[in-house]
Order: sequence, then structure tokens, then C-alpha cells
Amino acid sequence: MDNCLLQMKNIEKDYGGHKVLKGVDLSLKAGEIHCLLGENGAGKSTLMNILFGMEVIHSTGGYSGEILIDGKPVKITSPKEAMKANIGMVHQEFMLIPSFTITENIKLNREVTKHNPVSKVLGERLKTIDTKTMNADARRALDKLEINIEEYAEVAGLPVGHMQFVEIAREIDKTGLEILVFDEPTAVLTESEADNLLATMKKLAAEGIAILFITHRLDEVMEVSDEVTILRDGELVACKKTSDTSVEEIAELMVGRKVELNQKEKSSSEGDRKVLMDLKNLHVNMPGELVKGIDLSIYEGEILGIGGLAGQGKIGIANGVMGMYPTTGEISYNGETAPLNDTLEMLKKDVAFVSEDRRGVGLILDESIALNTVFTALKVKEKFIRNFKLFKMQDGKAITSHAEKMIKDFDIRCTGPFQNAGRLSGGNQQKVCIARALTQEPRILFISEPTRGIDIGAKKLVLDVLVRLNKELGMTIVITSSELAELRTISDRIAIVAEGKVAGILPPDASDAKYGLLMSGISDDPGKEEK
Amino acid sequence: MKDLIMNKIGLPRLIITSLFLGVFFLGAALGLPVAQQITDIIKRMGMYGILVLAMVPSIQSGTGPNFALPIGIITGLLGIVISLEIGMTGFSGLVGAVLISLPFAVIVGYFYGRLLNVVKGAEMTIATYTGFAAVSAMCIFWIILPFQSGTMKWPLGKGLRNTFPLDNSYGLILNDFLAFEIFGVHIPTGLLLTFFGACFLVYLFTKSKVGTETLAGGMNPNFAKASGVNIDRNRIVANILSTVLGAVGIIVYSQSFGFVQLYLAPLMMAFPAVASILIGGATAQRAKVSHVIIGVTLFQGLLAVALPVANEVFPEGNLSEIIRMVVQNGIILYALTKVNSNGK
Repeated sequence: MDNCLLQMKNIEKDYGGHKVLKGVDLSLKAGEIHCLLGENGAGKSTLMNILFGMEVIHSTGGYSGEILIDGKPVKITSPKEAMKANIGMVHQEFMLIPSFTITENIKLNREVTKHNPVSKVLGERLKTIDTKTMNADARRALDKLEINIEEYAEVAGLPVGHMQFVEIAREIDKTGLEILVFDEPTAVLTESEADNLLATMKKLAAEGIAILFITHRLDEVMEVSDEVTILRDGELVACKKTSDTSVEEIAELMVGRKVELNQKEKSSSEGDRKVLMDLKNLHVNMPGELVKGIDLSIYEGEILGIGGLAGQGKIGIANGVMGMYPTTGEISYNGETAPLNDTLEMLKKDVAFVSEDRRGVGLILDESIALNTVFTALKVKEKFIRNFKLFKMQDGKAITSHAEKMIKDFDIRCTGPFQNAGRLSGGNQQKVCIARALTQEPRILFISEPTRGIDIGAKKLVLDVLVRLNKELGMTIVITSSELAELRTISDRIAIVAEGKVAGILPPDASDAKYGLLMSGISDDPGKEEK
Repeated sequence: MKDLIMNKIGLPRLIITSLFLGVFFLGAALGLPVAQQITDIIKRMGMYGILVLAMVPSIQSGTGPNFALPIGIITGLLGIVISLEIGMTGFSGLVGAVLISLPFAVIVGYFYGRLLNVVKGAEMTIATYTGFAAVSAMCIFWIILPFQSGTMKWPLGKGLRNTFPLDNSYGLILNDFLAFEIFGVHIPTGLLLTFFGACFLVYLFTKSKVGTETLAGGMNPNFAKASGVNIDRNRIVANILSTVLGAVGIIVYSQSFGFVQLYLAPLMMAFPAVASILIGGATAQRAKVSHVIIGVTLFQGLLAVALPVANEVFPEGNLSEIIRMVVQNGIILYALTKVNSNGK
């Protein structure tokens, strides 16, 4: 293994006591395409941030482990040093300046300059930009990628596929580039653009550049890569030659069953299930989480899990039903057609919503736990109100005693009902959000990412509460989560969303491989429920 | 301990309070009559209080301090002028002025609220210039409106006077209601009752259902939206209330001052009011009635004691007036730098 270009050995990293990388190894040879795979939160981006010496790593206590380039140990502490070490990166979100030309973007901060009379006197910073040479360089880089666009065109208005290539051109224009990282480059591309990109990657690899490829599309992995490394929960689970493995095996390794959580017992009444809410051809225009035509039936009294990778649209479903983002399609609820884009009407129909954005949507951070807890019920159901006919006042006493009860029921760790919600820890904030939804006494509860960013103890408590509500009160719960393991513990059925559509619905005990395949959008029988 | 004081009181309030006390004791040391000073402080507090109170609903609704206070003031002035024109005097005149100004204030406040809903994110600047524009437009109307009352008209020519007295109608009527003296300090009972009564009503508003929704919409629009709150409607309601308070505020102010000032007088009146509530501990996002009471006491108190002290220290002619401007605008400037700092 001594011909390795890049080696990362036993890399560990924790954020405030929470280990996100637990001794990961990665090695990269010149001219190979190496795929890095894993679910959201598996540690891929952290690993890349370490490789690039990003600020976020060093401001949180650095990492441990060793990075070797050409066999020599290096310590990369800033992106600039990463550039010096001949590492380049093509970002998922384009880091381009729209109003600059392609050449200017490619050469940004590496402009070719020549002397003029002023700069000879006043120094380097006043040299003239050598547009001709820059254009020629840019042309050469674009030609290498076989892209037929004018180097003097503005970036604004280019199709996304071309923007991606401008990013790549910028990286390969750097002299001596040895390692190129692609962070989910195909996520925003159309199929033909993606094919183009993959062909380009192969060509670059043939020229001796080592490519590290992060993607969620397993078919792409099989097509281009030489080796795959799979991370799960910050651990290295496998490093294999692509030719020795299969899509099914990779999918299974990615998802991987966690053993610690106990399975929820099957609900008994399987037979005559009543549809409580039916979504038909639902489109939600939520930026970053577009829903493109969901058909989904929610049965009374079930816990329905909605899973899938980030950005695929699973978050958009609950937001669309609640009218938080522009929605089209059809929702029928309890046999009637429900209004679209009308939050108040939905709330009045006993539909409750706990947002995925706890601090942004779920809470007023600068207000008391008490007000946060009762607000929705106060607004929608006029609970905790003393009605003087002409005007309606808050019932301070009732609010306080209700908040105290909720604090006790959910074990919210606080100094009292008048502490500001913003001062609580993430887990306790989540409990306040759930308390608010429950104060509304809903019939169906949409809850998104309930355990994101909270510790394991609070996580268990939150999930237990959901199961208890479902069992004791018969509340229908639709839980959206990025953590498949958690969905599989408490859900009766799990719908996997990929590219804005339901890729399939699986029982919680379906095989890992099936989940993995659905999540990458491969489904040979879309929409069909498995029995 | 130090942190605790800082968080509880906030640096701006600490600085202004020490300045206030410093100037006050300096005045006493220079031999200025203490009782007269305290009388002035209390009177100015009552005079300006309701104008400052007008900031509470607008800040709570998320539109920031009401820099367009002059439009509320104009509707109040219109109420005074009409009440005098039809010959109302005494308490009924005062109440008449308020009642007459109400419909104007509600209508103007409604359209002002609609305007703010269109320019979300730039409310403060737009509001300032809305106020300026309204004041300028009214300069024309004060001249061309067909008022006939002798006390208000220019003796020759057309239009209303710049300043005219209220002594024959309802000047000082609240100040003198149940007024008494204690240790040489004049307590304007009626004025204070009116101010604290208004404070209580605004407090009740913040605790009402509409007020709670308005507050939530101001603090976190996304949160309010997810609970089905019609944020735009509440912003309009809050700004109507703010405009009405501006109208009532100027009527109370004028009777206490004893004179009515038209034309350009309302132009800059929003700034001392905004500065007062900010010094009281409010921010552009968060304000309570207590901030009003603390703020108006500190701000007007400082001005009330600074003027005689400046007179004493700089006896040369016009200089004290300039010093007063420097102090007042200095405090306003300082307060405005704190507008987004959560009182720290």
C-alpha cells in the first residue's frame, strides 16, 4: 500500500463530547475513483472538512489521527494549505459568482497579472490583469472537459450542468492538482448531464488524478468507481473493491440495523383500517425539499414513518399538509376534502404539527415555556381564554398550571414555567414543542425530525412519548426522520421518499438492502406496498 | 454579580441613570431648587408618556418602533382644532378632541399598517419618511382648511397660526385635576392618572388574545404562521392602536404644555419617543409597558435637569438652548445605536 497518494489513518473527531468519527481509515491511489458512501450524518462531510482544514474543525478542538500525502505526514489547518497540498474540491452548492464570466470564476484569486508603469512604482497589488492569458488558460481547462461554452460568457444564466463543469474546470486549472473531491456533484444534474460528468471523471482519473466521489446514487458508484468506502455512524464499516460487491450489499452496509433499540410490538388491528388522511398528487414548493407528486394514505391509529435522504422531499410533506409552503394537489381528511395552504383550517381540524425547525418555527425563543406551550391551543381553540364578550383575555392562572403540568409530565428540565424557551437544551426544547402540539389535543400529529440534535436519553423519552400517545389515546402519528433506525423502532409502516416521490412503503422489519435501494431511488415496483 | 447587574439592568440604562443622577446632583450643588426640578421631571414624564407608549404595540407586532408617530400626532391635532372650532371647552372639550381624532387615527393607522405590510424588512426607514411626508402635506392643509375660530387663525390673511394657546379651553385641565403640593413638589394628579391609566390599557391589550397573537407574530413570524395566526392583520391592528395612542398622546401633551403647535412641530417628535423606550430597555423587537415608564422618566428627567444646569454653567445667551439640543440628540443617537442589541 506504499503507492498511496493520500492516506487518512485512524481519524477521530468529536463535537462537544459527541463522537462523529470513530477511527476512520481512507486511502487513495493515483488515478483511481474512490467512492465514499454513507447516510446523512454518517460522517462523510466531517471527514472531508478535516481533509480541507475547514474552520469548523479547528474551532471545535481539531481532530486526532494522521493524514499522509505521498507518504509524508501533513497537518492541514486551513483550506489554503489544502490547496497547496494539491487537493481540489467540487462543491455541491456552486461556489461561483454569478455576475462574473466563466474565466473570471475559474481564475478567481489566482489571476494572471502583468506589470504596468503604476505597479512598477507602487507594487504588486496594482498589476494589470492579463485577460488574454487567463482566457487561454480557461479555454484549455474547458477543452479538457470537452465543454463547448465560451469562456467569456457570464455564469449567471448558465444551466446548472454547465455551472458544475465550471467548478471542475476551476479545480483542474490549478497546476499540479493531484486529488479532486466531488461532493454529491450529480444531485442537481439531469441524467444526461450526470453521464457526461461521470465520463469526465473517468478521463481525469486516466490522467492520474485521484478522485474521491461522494454520492447517494448507487448505480453511479457501480458504474465508475474502483473502490468503495462505507461509513455508518462515524465508523468505517467496509472498504471494498467495487468489482467484488453489489448494489444490494452496499445498500445493506449503508443502512445497517442498529441493535440497541427494541422493536415496537405489532399493532393488533391489521384488518379493517380506516383511511384518516389521503394525499393525492401532492406537490409542495419547499426550497431544498421539493415534493413532486406524493400519493400516500394515512390510516387511523397508526404510526407512519417517512424516511429518505436529505433534500429528497420527505420534510416537505408535513409542511405542505399544514400549508407552510405553497402546495397543490389534493388532501382528503376524514372523508372530506381539506383546504390547501390554510394553516388555521388544518389546525382547527385537530391536525397538529411539530416542525423540523425547532428554533426557527417551533418556538419563540425569547418567550416563556408557558406561552410557548399554550399558544397554538389559545389561538386555535380559544383555550386558556377568559371571554369578556367584547374582548378576550389570557387566563394567566390556567396557563401557568397547564405549563406546570406539562413540565412534570414530560420531565422538562427548567427553572419554572416562566423560563425562556431559548435557554433550554435541545431535548427540552423539543419536549416543549411536543407539549404545545398536545395541548391542542390533536387527532393526527405530524412530527418532523423529533430527535435531531438531542442526546440519546432525551431521544428515547421523546420516542416513548410518541408510542404512548399512539397506544393510549389512539393518536395517529406521522413521523418524518432522517434516522431510519428510529423510524424502524416505532413505526407501523415506513414510506421512503426519493426525489420528491414515494419510492415505496416497507414494513419496519424489511431487509436493510430493500431500504437502501429505495433510498437511492431504485424501486422496480414504485408505490406498491409490501406485505 | 457584575454580570447579573449588567443583564438585569443593561449598560445603556446604567449609563443614562448615572448621567441623570450626576446632572441632578450637580444642579442641586449649584443651588438650583430641588423641588422645582422634581416638579419638572414629573410633569415632563406625564406629558410625553403616552407618546412613548405608542411605541409598544408597533414594536410588539414586529414593525419596530413607530417612527411614523407624526401621523398619529397630526390626527390628534386635527381633533383639537376641530373641537376648538365648534367651541368645546373644559373636560368635554378634551374628551371631544380625543373622540373626534379617533376616526381619523383609525383610518390613517389602517392604511399605514397596510403600507408596512408591503415594505416588510424596511419598516423603520419607510415609517420615518411616511411621517415626514405627512407632516409636510399637512402644512398645506393647516392653511387651506376653512377654520374660523379667532384664537386659532392668523389675525390677517388665511390659515391657522403656528402656535396658539389653550388657556380659554382646556389648557392644563388634567394637570390641575386633583393636583396638590408636597414638600414644594407639584403633583399633577390628573395627568399622572391619565398616563398610568393608558399604560394599564396597553398592558391589558398585550395580555388579550389579539395582543398575544400580535406578540407571537412579532417575536417569531414563522412560529405564529405555524399556529395559523394572520400576521398581517395583527400588524395592522397594532399600528392602528399605535396611531391612536399618538393622537391621544399629543392631546394630553398639548393641554399640559398649554399651547398647540402645528405645521413643522410634529416633524421630529417621533425621535425622543423612540429614544425613550429604547433607553427604558426595549429593543426593535421587544417592548413592554415597564420599558415605557422607566424610559420616559430617564429621558425626560435628564432633559428636565440638564436645561437649568446648562443655563447655570453657560449663562451666555443662546448657548443653553444649543446644549439642550446636543444633550437631547446625543441621547437619541445613543439610544438608536442600541436598537438591535437586546438592551446590552
